[in-house]
Amino acid sequence: MNLEFSEEQLFIRNQARNFLSQESSADAVRSVIDTDTSFDQALWQKIVDLGWTAMSIPETYGGLGLGYLELCVIAEELGRSLAPVPFSSSVYLATEAIKSWGTQAQKQHYLPKLAAGKLIGTLAINEGLGVPSVAMRIVEGKVSGSKIPVPDGDIADFTVMTIRDGNDNIGLYLVDLANTAITRAVLSSMDPSRSQARVTFDAAPAQALGDAGENELTELLDRAAVLLAFEQIGGCQAALDMGIAYTKQRYAFGRAIASFQAIKHKFADMYVALELAKANAYYGACALSSDAPDLPLAAAVARVSATDAYYFITKENIQAHGGMGFTWEFDCHLYYRRAQLLSGLIGTQSVWKENITQRLI
Amino acid sequence: MDFQDTAELAAFRSDVKIWLAANATPRTDKLHMGMEGDTAFQEAQDWYKKKAVDGFACLTWPKEYGGAGLTSLHEVVWTQEVEHYKTRDAHFVIGIGNCGPAIMHFASEAAKRELLPRMASAEDVWCQLFSEPSAGSDVAGLRTRAELDGSNWILNGQKIWTSGAQYSDYGVVLTRTDPSVSKYRGLTLFMIDMRQSGVEVRPIKQMDGGGHFNEVFFRDAIVPDDYRLGEVGGGWTGALTVLMSERLAISGVQPTGFPQFLDLVKSLELNGQPIVSDPIVRDRLATWYSQYAGLQAVNKRMLTAVAKGGIAGAEASLGKLVGAVMNQEIANFACQIFGPAGIIQDSQLSPERAHFQEQVLFSPGVRLAGGTDEVMRNILAEQVLGLPQEPRADKGIPFQDIPTAPA
Repeated sequence: MNLEFSEEQLFIRNQARNFLSQESSADAVRSVIDTDTSFDQALWQKIVDLGWTAMSIPETYGGLGLGYLELCVIAEELGRSLAPVPFSSSVYLATEAIKSWGTQAQKQHYLPKLAAGKLIGTLAINEGLGVPSVAMRIVEGKVSGSKIPVPDGDIADFTVMTIRDGNDNIGLYLVDLANTAITRAVLSSMDPSRSQARVTFDAAPAQALGDAGENELTELLDRAAVLLAFEQIGGCQAALDMGIAYTKQRYAFGRAIASFQAIKHKFADMYVALELAKANAYYGACALSSDAPDLPLAAAVARVSATDAYYFITKENIQAHGGMGFTWEFDCHLYYRRAQLLSGLIGTQSVWKENITQRLI
Repeated sequence: MDFQDTAELAAFRSDVKIWLAANATPRTDKLHMGMEGDTAFQEAQDWYKKKAVDGFACLTWPKEYGGAGLTSLHEVVWTQEVEHYKTRDAHFVIGIGNCGPAIMHFASEAAKRELLPRMASAEDVWCQLFSEPSAGSDVAGLRTRAELDGSNWILNGQKIWTSGAQYSDYGVVLTRTDPSVSKYRGLTLFMIDMRQSGVEVRPIKQMDGGGHFNEVFFRDAIVPDDYRLGEVGGGWTGALTVLMSERLAISGVQPTGFPQFLDLVKSLELNGQPIVSDPIVRDRLATWYSQYAGLQAVNKRMLTAVAKGGIAGAEASLGKLVGAVMNQEIANFACQIFGPAGIIQDSQLSPERAHFQEQVLFSPGVRLAGGTDEVMRNILAEQVLGLPQEPRADKGIPFQDIPTAPA
């Protein structure tokens, strides 16, 4: 049994960490938040140039043919640096869906362009503001209705989306978003470093993504849960490090506030939450890369644990900073916001906890 | 990353499976095997002797000291397999897990060859004598005196929370040999023969009614200088070895209550409905499972590090902290879902339910023994995260001048 990344994977992680600490600094994240831009285009281009969008795509389609573990270490660093780019939408979701279930023609059309960063894809599975549900139908190859929220829906070139057929079965479809039958509106969200949109379809052409249906969607979300858990634990570590650094140098009552047990015990609990989440994410990564039969349970556990840890650590990081933690100027809220975003991206805690329970009983 | 055993461990696992199938009784439930009472002690001793005869005792100890000369990964394989059988540990874990490593580290070669093989084969039972009425979390504040008299040390004082003292032939005891220096520097660690007139063991009745722990009184108890572990005044270093071993010994087997809870909710019906249809039960099940799975994965990561030549670190403190709290919360929740009958504690009526009622009453002790929750948090914060210690009012002061009560 081996639950650690290989030397090569750790090397990729260090490279990614160094690169992102330069290119995705807090200033870079703030420049997306403070302006109307939806993502950091320059950073995205550099990420494409480094080959990260090509990593998990087979070489026959212009990719690098690497596995999920390499993607996990990249995800951890993107999470740590709060990178304002559509990586999760395009790589973990759209690329993954086409790679796994697309027809030969669909793979040949999309994958080389995704690898080269010429296309950005996303996944649209939510309609309305209630429980995730799918009401939109395909009629003679066309679809009408709205998906909301669609992550990166304003900037994506195409989306993989859920649509019902004439027999009421949910299928995955590909829809080109640069079509006049489609209108897109940017939504304001709790984490403006990543964009969300309402995408409205008015008889827009859609083609079935191979034979992919609900089971394939579940599989896609399970895999994404593990990858997003790495983004979450990366963010957890950054917020924890930030709190430790601050409380060691902030003095009150004549000593560093980190020496008070009220603060120390808080950080011990944050560390425990992170270690549990990290271990669950590693276990999930191992299950993902070996296509283990318990991947669905391992993925749900990684997801639930990372979501809990990210919320807990980011809220307590604000608390440990005192009043300064409540200012716009300090970065505490950037992690707190990202924790909120990631907790909702592919279904909230109730959905994933239910996945765990169903598999245990 | 992979989930496979190495070839060597796979072969060992197969040997263990065959031996266990021939020598132990399979478990039919996940209920705890109690540690208390003379029957439990006798069963445990028989089991340890049987293991020793066939070479499965003290797997990580060198062969010359009665062990099997294997690695901690073999030990883990053993633990994973033995879980499926009804076996008792009783008080042998303390000797083998806590005292053994310190003796191996600090005792003379002659003492090691005399005492360790007898510990490994369960002929001798050992206890650990650290805590005192006025030295709990501040264990280095202990006051049991050891004074040199020729080639012997004479011990006077009192220990408390000593598990298994009533069965013990020997103990590892931490004493104060010099009260005129600061508290950590005046300590010395010894082995002591418990079967002597200067040692008196009195059981403590716990809040759950059990009698796991004891008070131990020393009145001119005699310890030969040959039984000293380490330097005079160097007892704190030895004590840390014991305490770290204790946390490691506990961490792998720290009960969380989760497997029992899962079994319970799978079978329990209330008012004609499966309890698992209750949304609150479903939510708790998922939350606790994610923590339980996390602890197991933390352990697997630690083992990966050990297999690569690293050492186990503070994961042990983490496991104890999380497991002990979870065990209490699960037991309390289970009794709540039993409804008004949850208050009835009767193992004849329902052993599955009695498990949770027993744990409601026993679990507060688990959060205190072997380092309280608060001590665990200090260890994690200071030793892992590098946060500064609190200023200490007793720092650098001779032990005899440290205040012990309001002025």
